[in-house]
Amino acid sequence: MRVGVVIFPGSNCEYDAASAMTDLGATSEFVWHTATDLSHLDGVILPGGFAHGDYLRPGALARFSPVMGALADFAQAGGAVLGICNGFQVLTEAGLLPGALVKNSGLTFLSMPVTVVVSSTRSVLTRAAQVGQELVIPINHFSGSYTCDDATYDALVANDQIVLRYRDNPNGSRDDIAAISNVAGNVVGLMPHPERAMSTLLGSADGRVLLEGFVAALAAAH
Amino acid sequence: MNYPIVVDVTLRAGIADPEGATIERALPALGFDGVAHVRTGKTFRFDVEALDEASAIEVAHALAERLLSNPVIERAVARLEG
Repeated sequence: MRVGVVIFPGSNCEYDAASAMTDLGATSEFVWHTATDLSHLDGVILPGGFAHGDYLRPGALARFSPVMGALADFAQAGGAVLGICNGFQVLTEAGLLPGALVKNSGLTFLSMPVTVVVSSTRSVLTRAAQVGQELVIPINHFSGSYTCDDATYDALVANDQIVLRYRDNPNGSRDDIAAISNVAGNVVGLMPHPERAMSTLLGSADGRVLLEGFVAALAAAH
Repeated sequence: MNYPIVVDVTLRAGIADPEGATIERALPALGFDGVAHVRTGKTFRFDVEALDEASAIEVAHALAERLLSNPVIERAVARLEG
């Protein structure tokens, strides 16, 4: 399985994401943000960081990087796309996921482990997990409060697009949302960092079940 | 001709504005009573070369919608400066 990890100027979690993929038996390759063809890949990860410095708004400039056109085609064709933290912000700005991520309600940068609860197993990220399963995964963000209008929220619920919820909401996210998917379930964005929860030696291995499911989804689609 | 433009980007009604709320809570301690509904936003200033004022505003509005604001959470208003 070939997973592309997109690097924007300012990305900083690409090595963790690539290492997690390698750890789970996939091959990973870095994709510079000027790439215009992703069709040789089985899956794509937009890693965390501060793409284009997060100037204007997180993800606001990244959505105009050339790779985003190729990513939209890739997602449209059913390819598995995972946006982690800043990658989630980029996906919402690009319109590949609904809603937006705004400043944390407490106006502080949050860097700590949180407990998330699996809400749906329909997505490429949670297919190996159980509904109701609790996972301890770190968050590391300033703008992670998920917001959307009522019509969008109703659609998220109706289409089973809410993937993970915080057990104890740290940032003011609507309905405790920590992760959502598109309607088809092949594009997922989440604020927590599963790639940093790959080993109990480093605090938690709870990210494995998510990323194992992601790699398995690629194999199933291959 | 160059037209000086101001674009105001503000959060849509109903979108939480924790910065605005924090400012509002701080005001009474500074002696400013009776101030309510504080909302924060951003202002952009730039010049647009166009044939007339209307088309300059049109260009400014288009780029404000496309780049300067996220229409999901924000509202952008473009006007001539002054």
